Amino acid sequence: MLQAIERQRYFIDYSLSSLARRRGKNLGLLTVYSLIVFLLASVMLFTQSLRQEAAAILKEAPEILVQRIAAGRQDLIPAAYLERMGSLRGVSEKRGRLWGYHFDPAIKANYTLMTADQHQLPPDGILIGAGIARARGLGAGDFLSLRGNDGKPAAFRVEGILPAETELISSDLILMAEPSLRAFFGIPDGLYTDLILKVSNPREVRKVAEKLTLLLPDTRPILREEILRTYDAIFNWREGVVFVLLMGALLAFVIFAWDKASGLSAEERQEIGILKAIGWETGDVIRMKFWEGGLISLSAFLLGYLLAYLHVFFADGFLFEPVLKGWATLYPAFRPRPVVDGLQLATLFFFSVFPYTLATLVPVWRAAITDPDSVMR
Amino acid sequence: MVIGGSIRERVARPSNRAMAWFLGLGALLSVSLAHALWFGLDGADPGHGVELVRELGLSDLALFTEARYTRHLSLADSHAAFQDHPLALDHFPTASLAAPPEHLRNPHVAGD
Amino acid sequence: MIRLEQISKVFNQGRPNEFRAIHGLSLGIAADRVTLFTGPSGSGKTTLLSLVGCLARPTSGRIYLKGRMISALPERFLTDIRRSTFGFVFQRFNLIKGLSLIENVMLPAYPLGLPFPELRERAAGLLHGLGLGSKLENRVEWLSGGEAQRAAICRALINDPAILIADEPTANLDSALTREFLAIVEGLRGQGKGVIITSHDPLIAESAVMEAVIRMRDGRRVERMAMED
Ligand SMILES: Nc1ncnc2c1ncn2[C@@H]1O[C@H](COP(=O)(O)OP(=O)(O)O)[C@@H](O)[C@H]1O
Ligand SMILES: [Mg+2]
Repeated sequence: MLQAIERQRYFIDYSLSSLARRRGKNLGLLTVYSLIVFLLASVMLFTQSLRQEAAAILKEAPEILVQRIAAGRQDLIPAAYLERMGSLRGVSEKRGRLWGYHFDPAIKANYTLMTADQHQLPPDGILIGAGIARARGLGAGDFLSLRGNDGKPAAFRVEGILPAETELISSDLILMAEPSLRAFFGIPDGLYTDLILKVSNPREVRKVAEKLTLLLPDTRPILREEILRTYDAIFNWREGVVFVLLMGALLAFVIFAWDKASGLSAEERQEIGILKAIGWETGDVIRMKFWEGGLISLSAFLLGYLLAYLHVFFADGFLFEPVLKGWATLYPAFRPRPVVDGLQLATLFFFSVFPYTLATLVPVWRAAITDPDSVMR
Repeated sequence: MVIGGSIRERVARPSNRAMAWFLGLGALLSVSLAHALWFGLDGADPGHGVELVRELGLSDLALFTEARYTRHLSLADSHAAFQDHPLALDHFPTASLAAPPEHLRNPHVAGD
Repeated sequence: MIRLEQISKVFNQGRPNEFRAIHGLSLGIAADRVTLFTGPSGSGKTTLLSLVGCLARPTSGRIYLKGRMISALPERFLTDIRRSTFGFVFQRFNLIKGLSLIENVMLPAYPLGLPFPELRERAAGLLHGLGLGSKLENRVEWLSGGEAQRAAICRALINDPAILIADEPTANLDSALTREFLAIVEGLRGQGKGVIITSHDPLIAESAVMEAVIRMRDGRRVERMAMED
């Protein structure tokens, strides 16, 4: 047992000594390799964290959202629809939502304006998301002037800023009292942007949605499970985009690594012959090469993954900001919370360690089964 | 003559250095896993975000504010302009090749 | 005792460049003597040496080592026998570049998994014995020809083999170094080890250290001269 371990340690000794001979080249390889793992792992950790965060936050989203569709587009929905629904079994709460978008030409940003009755805001008072506060340099007590639907500027007093830890959902929000919002957008009383329904029993959601489409044929219900699925999918999609961008780099690396790992130089061939002639078995040579590939790829995996962990969870994944941000001016400052998915980690491990290790073994196999007497020449 | 057994030479042995290297990396990996467990989503309280979502009836993240149909992804319908990502075989292939026109990007410059 | 019976070696068999390097050779080699294979270049000395040393298998014929037929054994066993019975000093020494002297010497013992301090001690002892004690950590590229040869001898002896095999060991050495080599051979003989050497160097052939000489020409044995028995 101890002898077996000692044997493997000797093979490791040898493969490290032989790696050290081409130190520059192998360190370069390790760097590029780690970088690739780093990028893949960053994408993986970042999207996984966002996905989980979305799921955790949006699990409190309304079970059903009702939009009115007029002539194939979403339209304002009359408050009367709330009565037309009557009392549906399982619906514990229903109300209208009043919100809209406002484009601020000063910083070329889109705001989301919304009513917040709970906060008892004065007619000219607003609460703003931390993203807006940052972008416009606003603090409590400052005034924000926006051009209303009548073309006249309306000045609002910032009563407060929404908590920074909610930025992922509130970064671009402006909350105000209902009458102020109606006046600002010019939406008459009795109309809402959409309706929300709370259903306590998840099994009744679909039934309620079906009844709604019968009762209110010009509406479209959106279920919370669809919302959650949307976010699951959208991050897959974004992940996909990043992977596409990475593909070029990945391919280049695969070619490089394949060439490095599988092409056996005449010198290496000679070396294998010597080892065999002085008493190594074919299996010993392969074990030694296995360690060579394994040590490099395992190092790259660990280094890349750890760097990615730091990048995503301690540096807020700053490299991805441009990708996620697109042309947006407002970008929520948020620190992804760490999530580690065992299966994902195992997948990353498998795909970063095995192909390279195998690529190093294939040619050695061919070289190692030849007769050792060639070194006599 | 203790040539083979000195501490210095044992430490200098490549496999020992490799072991130290991997033990170090393994320890860091464990630390990262512990960190994820401790500060991760499972352990931490969901925070004020959940409250705000419940209060306002929010349905979307404020992550993509660049366009209306990306701000509220879950409310966008299939006719919204959503076909301009690099992988999409759009109705209008140009959408995946060309940048959006200037008057859309800088609205206040255009219009004259 | 090594016994060869009707050994033939054919290279590239069945191809147009087929070449018969050894023709039905039979001979015996005493395992604790110093034996010399001599003959002109191309006469098959190296080929014969690689057959005796289990580096290659004969095309036909049998090889016995201490009465056991080894010419038909699978590679695993052959490697085992080679490792425990023979130590090789190649014509071009074949030290592995980039490794230190002591690592090179320890190399043949790696697959045995001996305790590291023990193996290192043994390698260092051998190197000290041949006057290389001050160069343990030197890279082998920097050794002179004579040093490289002594390093190769140390490497060949690390597994304490019964027989040392050396192919043209003095081809690149001057007479002083050649005599030094012969002294080493004599020392090994004194320790009860056998040595098999190929050479066409007269200084070697005329040496009193050689106990048996096997003369070769065109893959055949020409005559046998026993100097002592
Ligand atoms: N692998 C090989 N393939 C073809 N011919 C070979 C091979 N090895 C040796 N030979 C030929 O066998 C003959 C004997 O070679 P060798 O044993 O090296 O002779 P020596 O060592 O006496 O100079 C030479 O003519 C050589 O060309
Ligand atoms: Mg020869």
